[in-house]
Amino acid sequence: MAAVSPIVNFTSLQKRYGDGPVVLENIDLSVQTGDFVSFIGPSGCGKSTILKLVSGLNPWTQGDLKVAGMKPREARDRQAFIFQDATLLPWLTAQLNVEIPLRLRRVSATERVNKAREMLALVGLAGVSGYYPRQLSGGMRMRVSIARALTLAPELLLLDEPFGALDEMTRNRLNEELLALRAQSPFTAMFVTHSVAEAVFLSNRIFVMAARPGRFHAEIRVNFPYPREPALRASKEFQLKVNEVSQRLHEVEEPVHA
Amino acid sequence: MKKPSPLLSWTLPVVSGVIFFGIWYAVKLGANASDWLLPTPGQIFQAAWVERMRLFAAARTTAVGAVGGFVLATILGVSAALLLSLSRALRGSLYPWLLALQMTPVIVLTPIIQLWIGSGTPGIVTVTCLISFFPIVANTVQGLISADMNHVALFRMCNASRTQELFLLRVPAALPNFLTGLRIAATLAPVGAIFGEYMVGNSSGGSGGLGFLVYSYNTQIKIPALFATALTSCALGFIFVAAVTGLNWLALHKWHDSFERNDH
Repeated sequence: MAAVSPIVNFTSLQKRYGDGPVVLENIDLSVQTGDFVSFIGPSGCGKSTILKLVSGLNPWTQGDLKVAGMKPREARDRQAFIFQDATLLPWLTAQLNVEIPLRLRRVSATERVNKAREMLALVGLAGVSGYYPRQLSGGMRMRVSIARALTLAPELLLLDEPFGALDEMTRNRLNEELLALRAQSPFTAMFVTHSVAEAVFLSNRIFVMAARPGRFHAEIRVNFPYPREPALRASKEFQLKVNEVSQRLHEVEEPVHA
Repeated sequence: MKKPSPLLSWTLPVVSGVIFFGIWYAVKLGANASDWLLPTPGQIFQAAWVERMRLFAAARTTAVGAVGGFVLATILGVSAALLLSLSRALRGSLYPWLLALQMTPVIVLTPIIQLWIGSGTPGIVTVTCLISFFPIVANTVQGLISADMNHVALFRMCNASRTQELFLLRVPAALPNFLTGLRIAATLAPVGAIFGEYMVGNSSGGSGGLGFLVYSYNTQIKIPALFATALTSCALGFIFVAAVTGLNWLALHKWHDSFERNDH
């Protein structure tokens, strides 16, 4: 039953802020359990807004949106959000940062200490659990952020350009780690990015979006089987897929105004 | 920001101090000013030495009033800030009145304080509190309401209660602002206590304080001793600020960006 019903379902959804321009127009999307869906498009196409709607932070104006068959707010326990910057609390150590979601849900102290320790070990940071965020590199901070998001074993993970600020090597490694984590504790992912290669490496479905108003321009399926190895990036098929997505993205890019 | 070397940060004020004293002596000799009008720094240090027991005892008395007012201002200031942070409507309706209180010169209020609270220690503590209260409220409110939007979103997505959001997010996020307010208050508290002693001091309290000494030396026309009292007040102020700076270091040095660390 769970396999057939989509975990996220947008029907003819429209979103605008007050009397402002329409941010999202006529969004129909159903994300199936186990999907890794990426959203890519020019700035202002509303790709981040899609994640905010799913997380229940923002209301929409028309149409409908269900998460696990419920209103987004009611489904908060099933999802976690990873922001563009790591958004760690600077006054807490890595360990205590990972404990935060458990603490907010009033999980007992021993359980939350153990769980957070386990999650930090999983992202390879057991050795720096006592460090404060400013003592960690950008990549390490993002790993802590991922560990924090996964402490509650969410069914749905929302990622808003999480690796955008990192150098390419770190970004590639974190892409691989993210897929490895997903193999261990499966989650459905909705991923916003600016990088075509990243989207192709991670996703089984890529939505290319256009702006003004934000809408879906094309859906591209990526059928490389999981687990995906780093070597995939060097393959011809991968390059062809990157070209295909880039081509579709090129169609929606607006001419640069002087 | 590049910090000057420790040697430079010590020698610079010494050099400027020597120049300052040089100008002082030059003015004194050039204008042929009487000791009554402008004593030499030497005479002031001499007076400070002669009066050292009185000055020390006075500084201690003043410190008691200053600490009392400072602690009261901190308690009231933080409570008011927590209250004001709860809603925009509350801030809108109460903040202007707080500002009005701050705009009213305390000197105008001293007779009323004397009437309501009484002279001596209670009056002095009240004056000190009134003078050092505002920077604590203003800075703490600012910190409480400007927590990072993504942190707030994170808490909301975890279904955090308002109490959790306040104490696990907003209060620690406001700590640096609170400490900035506290540091300003620390410079004001000794001034407030001395002013309080001068205005509302009596035999029940403040009679031996620095504010009282100002009055006493002035009537006796002991001008070098008056300058020595200023020097002592200044030293007391430095001790206050040093204490809060220490507190600031304790609370922030591990995680806050204002303390640089080179351990990785």
